[in-house]
Formats: sequence, structure tokens, C-alpha cells
Amino acid sequence: MTHRGSRVLRVGSLSRVEGEGALHLKVRGTAVEEARLRIYEPPRFFEAFLRGRAHTEPPDITARVCGICPVAYQLSACAAIEDACGVTVDRSVRDLRRLLYCGEWIESQALHIYLLHAPDFLGRDGAVDLARTHRAHVERGLRLKQAGNAILELLGGRAIHPVNVRVGGFHRAPDPTALRPLAEQLRRAADDAWETVRWVAGFDFPDARIDADLFALAAPDTYAVEGGVPTVLRPDGTTTAFPLSTFSDHVREEHLPHSTALHSRLDGRRHLTGPLARFAVSGRRLSPTALQAAREAGLGDPREGVECRNPFRSILVRAVEVVYAVDEALRIIDGYERPARAFADVPPRAGVGHGATEAPRGLLYHRYALDADGTVTDAVLVPPTAQNQGAIEEDLRRLAEAALAEGALDDHALTHLCERAIRNHDPCISCATHFLDLTVDRG
Amino acid sequence: MTGSAPSAARVPTLAVFKLASCDGCQLTLLDCEDELLTLAGKVEIAHFLEASSRVRPGPYDLTLVEGSVTTAADAQRIQEIRAQSRFLVTIGACATAGGVQALRNFADVEEFTRTVYARPDYIDTLATSTPVAAHVDVDFELRGCPIDRRQLLEVVTAFLTGRKPDVPNHSVCFECKRRGTVCVTVAHGTPCLGPVTHAGCGAICPAYGRGCYGCFGPSGSVNLPALIPLLRRDGMDDRDTRRFLRTFNAAAFAGIKEET
Ligand code: SF4
Ligand code: SF4
Repeated sequence: MTHRGSRVLRVGSLSRVEGEGALHLKVRGTAVEEARLRIYEPPRFFEAFLRGRAHTEPPDITARVCGICPVAYQLSACAAIEDACGVTVDRSVRDLRRLLYCGEWIESQALHIYLLHAPDFLGRDGAVDLARTHRAHVERGLRLKQAGNAILELLGGRAIHPVNVRVGGFHRAPDPTALRPLAEQLRRAADDAWETVRWVAGFDFPDARIDADLFALAAPDTYAVEGGVPTVLRPDGTTTAFPLSTFSDHVREEHLPHSTALHSRLDGRRHLTGPLARFAVSGRRLSPTALQAAREAGLGDPREGVECRNPFRSILVRAVEVVYAVDEALRIIDGYERPARAFADVPPRAGVGHGATEAPRGLLYHRYALDADGTVTDAVLVPPTAQNQGAIEEDLRRLAEAALAEGALDDHALTHLCERAIRNHDPCISCATHFLDLTVDRG
Repeated sequence: MTGSAPSAARVPTLAVFKLASCDGCQLTLLDCEDELLTLAGKVEIAHFLEASSRVRPGPYDLTLVEGSVTTAADAQRIQEIRAQSRFLVTIGACATAGGVQALRNFADVEEFTRTVYARPDYIDTLATSTPVAAHVDVDFELRGCPIDRRQLLEVVTAFLTGRKPDVPNHSVCFECKRRGTVCVTVAHGTPCLGPVTHAGCGAICPAYGRGCYGCFGPSGSVNLPALIPLLRRDGMDDRDTRRFLRTFNAAAFAGIKEET
């Protein structure tokens, strides 16, 4: 235990997160007075310059919010615009979208597991450093990531900012024969995904518990990915859902008392989106293979309503989700018939539309207002990190306090712990479209 | 290009820095799954926050910079990065042309700030988004939103071995011909920026049945006055044409328009 009564810890630049952020922790004795995750990603003004663009443009433009989850932006945008224009796309096109999204899940979750998160459990600086001692594991992770990218490249044209997505569907639907080599690669990926579950299940997990409301989309009969109904699971076990069109009535950015920080709150409470939330809300709808993976990972049987509230164990849920995404991609490819038309026509009309999908990092909401010729007059993007910030800060505060109570943690160790805690949540800081911590001391 | 190849005795250091951007271009480096570990054996990754917690102070032999300059702090930071770097290569449309965030250059940034933020007075931003080369000398600019993985590997290898990168600046049209893609403009009357867009992607969009939307920015020789009547013939009015040219490389295309 430090002999100083009060100290301030600052982590200047967080590493192994996506985008740029910093952390500020204020400690008095063993109490943590303040934990602040500061986002210093410069504003890029997407919501402002989307106004005046054609209703066909947001999928390409909003992809550029985030290079790690462009598909999430493209498909939330498509869903919102199709909603505004009153268009429903065919099942076959919806399946292809889900396949594309599986590619992003595999790629992004493998990236997070192997390159950003696993090094923490093994005391390494990063994947390259990890490869010195665990080369075969890192190679497996890269192979798995490559399989996800292969889906994105085939269906989307390229892995980052795919070009083949359009409002209404795709510019071109793939020929079924083109999917055959992909299926081969995915069958190998299925083994790699399974090995990943076994590998991460052997990690040493610190105790921790997050009490926030868990918030994810729910879909009938399936693990929600490319759409669904916003659903909240409270720590007391109660579940509520609301129509997507009322999203902004529930999820609000609020000024907190005694601070100028903007936090997004769900019905006035802290909430968490992402793998832990999805697993709690939809776990019982995983495929049989993924259910078995969940049991092997030590997460229990989701059909019995288990939850995982330890953020350090989010890596397990990610690994299970990779098993699921590979399984699901293979299922879609097996049943694939080339749709008669790759896209539905989406003639513009005046209106407001809402769209939400499950980005690998959590629920991503878009809303657009269009005028009669399809010009965007207003745009709102609510990314997962913006929603998670309150829960992450509370998690940090608690972990730091518990560590201090046990004593003996110097600044260096405390900093390391906090960095790990942040990486548990995989914050995607580039997605800070309209989200800044306003308590920044510009003194 | 100046200087010579780093001496064989010492492993060259690689740094990756980010300004305003989506992280897609630096992610391209991590997407080189087949080459990543080989590359890591040939360079010392000295600063790459997205990939490693270990940070070594400069100077660096090769620095890759992603993102555009949009804040006073970043304008300062890029000077420091330049001072620490033997070779500085900018990667992507943000770093080479200001990126999609340069749309503010054509608008009132205060109005933008009021639109997006509840407390605009807390927002610290410049009225423009500018490429790195507007602030410091740059040894090479790699185009694309995002950059192409093969081109990135070519550039990194070239700098590490002390030769000039083989990155031609002809247009996307050449790549369509090479790929054997039927011209979408000629065959289907689809508006396409391929004739004025820098090669590098391998002509992805036309292969997927859509027109190029210019994500690699202008090519070496650009003849917009010849292209615009074609876009018009294919159904684009003035407003559509302006939007078409003003997206991911808005500032670069706007610059060219005035010259021709
Ligand atoms: S150029 Fe495009 S892909 Fe690269 S960082 Fe900028 S927005 Fe992202
Ligand atoms: S064809 Fe044009 S828009 Fe499409 S990826 Fe290539 S450069 Fe970008």
C-alpha cells in the first residue's frame, strides 16, 4: 500500500485497443474517487456531413467510422434506410448479409482474442511478442482471422470497407461454386475455433463482476446478429424489450450530476453491450456446436439461463462466438442458392428509419431522416463504446478499489490492471462519432 | 527518396502512428496474416499502439502515419513524429488527402460542431482536415481508403531494402483491363470514377458490378472535363457529380478540378 494519501494515475495512451484513448484515475487512500476513460480521438463529424447526401450513400460513408467493424456500420445503415423507405429484403439476401457479418465476427473476434487480449493473460506485450513463446497459437489465430477475412473478401470485395454492400442488398451475389473453396477453408477454421476455446479456457481469470444492465438485440430462434429487438437484462434477472423505433427514448446521453461528463444511459441506468450481453440475452439460441463449446469453456449451459458477468472472461464468450460464426457461415453456404436479384429496389420517400445490428463490440444503432427525394436531413449513430463507457468506468473503479484494498499495488501494477480491464471490453475508440468525455481537464 | 538502406548489422525499427482516422489502414498491416510474423522477424516494431504495449522511443527507421491533421495538438505531434523518423510514409486517404473528414473543409465547422455535440465549446478542432504532407515532408504517400495490403508490403519492403517502391500511378481503368472486367460505363452506362482514380485496389468495384467511387483518390493524369459529360450522360446531375467527387478524397479531387 502506498504511503501517499492521494494520488492520480494517468495512462497516456492506451495500447492494444482500437483507436486512441487515455485513462485518468483519482485515488484517495484506498478509495477510488474517480475513474475516467478519456477519448481523445479527434471529432470526425460523420453525423454532420451525412446531411445532404443521397440515401444510397450512408453504407459506404459510415463504414469509414471504423476499420475493424465496417460491416456493422454498413448493415446498420442499410437496415435504417430500408426501414425509412418501407422496404423489406428477401430471405436469401438476408442470409447473405448474415454470412458477411459472420466473416466480420470471425475476423474481429480472432483479432481481439489473439492480438489484443490473450497477451494480457500470458504476460506479453502483443501478438508478435507472444509468437516468440506461443508461435503455433498465434499462427492459429492468424489463420482463423484469415478465414473471416476470406468471407469478407469474397462477398464484400475486400476485408476493410467492403464495396459490394448496397442499400437493398448487394451489388452482386456470389456464384455458388465460388463459395466451395471458402467452405473448405471454414471447415479448417472450425477446428481452429474449437482449439481457441480450449486454449483460452485454460487462462487464469481474476475475479470480477459487472453489475450493469446487459443490453443486446434478441431475435426469434437465432443468435441475434444482423437485426433484432433491443432487449435488456437486469442484474435481478428481469428482462424487458422495447421497439427499436423508441431507442432514443431509452438510450440517452445524460449530463451526470457534479460533472460535465456525457454518459449514455439506458433508462437512467448503466448498461453494457457486447459479447457478455449477447451471451446472456441470446445464449440459449446458440447452435448445438457452440452450446457445447460454451460448456467446454466453463461458461455453463446457456439453455439454463447462465450469464457471464466477469469481464475478464469475455475472451471465452468471444471464442464461443467464433465457433458459432464459423458454424453459421457453413450452414448458410450449405443452403445457399443464388438469389434471383442481388438487391431489392429501395425507392426513396420522406420518413425516419431505425437500424441496429450486433457489431462484434456490441449494439450499433443508426437513425436517418430522409426527405422525399432521399436526401438525408438528419443522422444519428450510437456506437457500442459510447454506450459502454459508463459501465467500463464503473468496472475500473471497482477493480482498482478491490486491488487497493488488498494492498501492495504500486502505480505500475495498478496501471497495468486498469489497462487490462479496459481491454476486456475491447473498446473501439475510433467509433467515437459523437462521444467525448467532457471532464477533460484542459487546465 | 533520400538516404540509404539501414545497415545490415542492426534491425531497422518500424513505427506506426495514428491521427484522425478509422484505424483501417493500420489494420491492413495486421491483416497481412501470411506475412506478419515474417515481417516481425525483419524489423523491430518500436511503436505500434494497436498491436503492442511495448513502446520504444525514436528515432525510427520507417514510420507509417495513418490519419489526417484535424487538431492543433496533432499539427504539433506530426512535427515531432517527422523529427523522429528517417523515412516517413503516409498510408491511406486520410493521411494523403485529408480523408472523409475533410468534408468539413467545404462547410462551416462550427455548425458541424453544434450539430454533433451537446457542448460544442468543449470541442477542440481545426476548421480543416489536412493531409500530413501539408505539414511536414513526406517520403512516400500510399493511396487508398483503405490502402491495399500488397501495395503496403511493397512499400515497406522497398524502404527496408533502400529502393523505390513500385507503385504505379495509372488509373483504375488499367486494372479493369488487366483483370478482364467488362467496362461498366461502356456496357451498362454505370457512372464510374475509374478513369480518374489511382490504381492499387485491383479494380474491385467494377468486378462487383458497380462503378468506382474514387476511394484511391486521383490518379497521375486526370481529365475531369472529359469525364463529367460521361457522368451526365449516365444520369448524374451537377449535384450528384459534386457528391461523387466529394467523399473520401474530397480535398484531392477538388484541387484537381480547378487546375483542369
Ligand atoms: S484512409 Fe480510409 S481506411 Fe484508411 S484510416 Fe482513413 S478512413 Fe480509414
Ligand atoms: S474500384 Fe475505385 S472505389 Fe472501388 S475499391 Fe477500387 S479505387 Fe476504391
